[in-house]
Amino acid sequence: MATAPENPVEASISAEHLVRRFGKFTAVNDVSFRVEKGEIFGFLGPNGSGKTTVIKMLTGLLPLSSGSAHVEGLDVRVDSEAVRERIGYMSQNYSLYQDLTVAENLQFYGRIYSLEAGRLKRRIEEIVELNGLAPYMDRLSAQLSGGWKQRLALGCAMLHEPKLLFLDEPTAGIDPVARRLLWDLLFELSGHGITFFVTTHYMDEAERCSHVAYIYFGKIIADGTPNSLRELPDVQPQGTIRVEITTPEVTRALRFARQVPGIRSATIFGQSIHALIDDHVDLHNLREQLLKNGIAVAEIRPLAPSLEDVFVELTYKQQALLEAARV
Amino acid sequence: MFDAFRGFRAVLYKEVLHVRRDFGTLFFSLIIPLLQMVLLGFGIDTNVRQIPTVVFNADGRRESRELLDRLKNSDTFRMVRYVQNDSDLNDTVISGRARVAVKIPVDYSDRLLHNMSAQVLILIDGSDSSVAGSAIQVATAIGLDESLRRALADRATFAIDIRPQLLFNPDSRSPNFFLPGLTAILLLNVTTFLTAFAIVREKERGTLEQLFVTPVRPYGLLLGKILPYFAIGFFELCLIVTSMRFIFRVPIHGSVLLLAFLSLPYLFAALSLGILISSKANSQGEAMQLAFLTILPSIFFSGYIFPRETMPLVFRVLSYFVPASYFINITRGIILRGATIRHLWLDGLALFAIGAFLLFIAARRFRRKVIMA
Repeated sequence: MATAPENPVEASISAEHLVRRFGKFTAVNDVSFRVEKGEIFGFLGPNGSGKTTVIKMLTGLLPLSSGSAHVEGLDVRVDSEAVRERIGYMSQNYSLYQDLTVAENLQFYGRIYSLEAGRLKRRIEEIVELNGLAPYMDRLSAQLSGGWKQRLALGCAMLHEPKLLFLDEPTAGIDPVARRLLWDLLFELSGHGITFFVTTHYMDEAERCSHVAYIYFGKIIADGTPNSLRELPDVQPQGTIRVEITTPEVTRALRFARQVPGIRSATIFGQSIHALIDDHVDLHNLREQLLKNGIAVAEIRPLAPSLEDVFVELTYKQQALLEAARV
Repeated sequence: MFDAFRGFRAVLYKEVLHVRRDFGTLFFSLIIPLLQMVLLGFGIDTNVRQIPTVVFNADGRRESRELLDRLKNSDTFRMVRYVQNDSDLNDTVISGRARVAVKIPVDYSDRLLHNMSAQVLILIDGSDSSVAGSAIQVATAIGLDESLRRALADRATFAIDIRPQLLFNPDSRSPNFFLPGLTAILLLNVTTFLTAFAIVREKERGTLEQLFVTPVRPYGLLLGKILPYFAIGFFELCLIVTSMRFIFRVPIHGSVLLLAFLSLPYLFAALSLGILISSKANSQGEAMQLAFLTILPSIFFSGYIFPRETMPLVFRVLSYFVPASYFINITRGIILRGATIRHLWLDGLALFAIGAFLLFIAARRFRRKVIMA
């Protein structure tokens, strides 16, 4: 899975065997991955699995315990100052100065990167244009809604024209429209060759990424394009198919389904159940069995695994491995 | 721009905006020290006068009344009660209505007239040491003087006439002595306290983390944060010195310009201390407590209240690490003694060294990013 560090200079990010320990606890355990230029890289994983730690290591906020990392061709262990000139970072809580206006926040971040006056003015105009901030320039950032705060924070992180942007849960807690708008913006910028490193909990956002990785307990357990992950043998083992059972009685159906031989796993998805079943199981027969037990079934149809299915399967497998190692 | 100070101007720009937005805080931090000064300046008089005194005069003849008049005329004692027995005398002191009790025995005049030694009992409430000290001193002096007078009745003058004269602050006015020292303490309000919050606020809001991913360097960040408060502190000093001179009429014997100049290293040290506190604390509440903790040594070990010369050795050594010690020496020196740079340059230098050291420690914490939990 881990891509070999063929040429760290070519990639936007190339991490090789990253390890970060806090005392006895290993937060990041031998993590390797590679992000090509212009990709939207989705970095997923449960809370506390090491996502933010990896970002901090790549941005030079945390020293590496071992391993190496190159960002935009620069070794973060040696050139962290230079790395900071080339990257932008937007944290979960947007990190804006609440008592400063939109214009003042932009001014401040521009000056931090020592943009000379003419270029700063031009960049602010561009960003205001791109993010639609014009009507809010004189408003205190405390008075902005979540979506606008996030657009301002993104603007501040982009003033110095970074080639790579780290967005740590950029859409946590904002409304769906703002979320959609942000992703439209990311696609547009990515079209201009900017690389994005995005962490998120939303699976629909993960589906939009050109490249995703899933980190679990400090280890990367999935890495690839969304489509390549769907075809992983661990996700879709030989001789199995994935089906969606639509039923008004999902909880009862789930309890029942877990007892049926040939059904390997089953999970509730809203008004339906996603199940991984052996391909010799007759769908018609399965439907009859459910009906016989008093469970109304609207439909059973084959289904391509979602990314969520992928991560659920891989997590189960990883848990099994950890259990086995402990015994 | 010099690279180690990268981001200095950006941070300065931002801090000035913060201060302007939050004008209320600034106003109060400027006005509260002035109020404190008014309270302390008008309210506190360390010269002990008019100590309430109870008298049991068992003798009652002319010699005993003369002694009482002399005690009264010293302005140290004020007779509040005359009693007729020992137990009333004791009760008056125990209840706190009088701090000093004077008992003149029944044979006082007789013994004097027969050229024998007469005794007078003076009971002093020791619960306030400065009051007790004055009472002992004055009562003893009066007794001695009275004895000499009687012993030397035939000669007109004493053999030795010691005439102490206070060189500075000749009329021993309390404000003259108090306010120059108080200046050093009051300045901490707008320096250590305000900067103690400067970084912790960013920590709480998460903006500090953001700054760490930008190319801003530790010294750029810290100096950019300090400078606005430097200006505020200097302005406060001007306010304090002006009201000291014109409201409390404290004469300034030395150069005001020198005072202004030597306040710069003090402000620098106090601000650096605030910044160091801010880099250590994780919340504004914690910063507040730490700031208070540093104010205590400034009050007690600096010589502001207790003279450094009489401190136990440990505290005396400690006082050399307290910036206020040096600045109090500077303010009293210039204002009361008319000292010049020749006398005070070492204090200025010490303050600058303390400030630079504290700032260096703070910057090192930033470089290692140990302030990020």
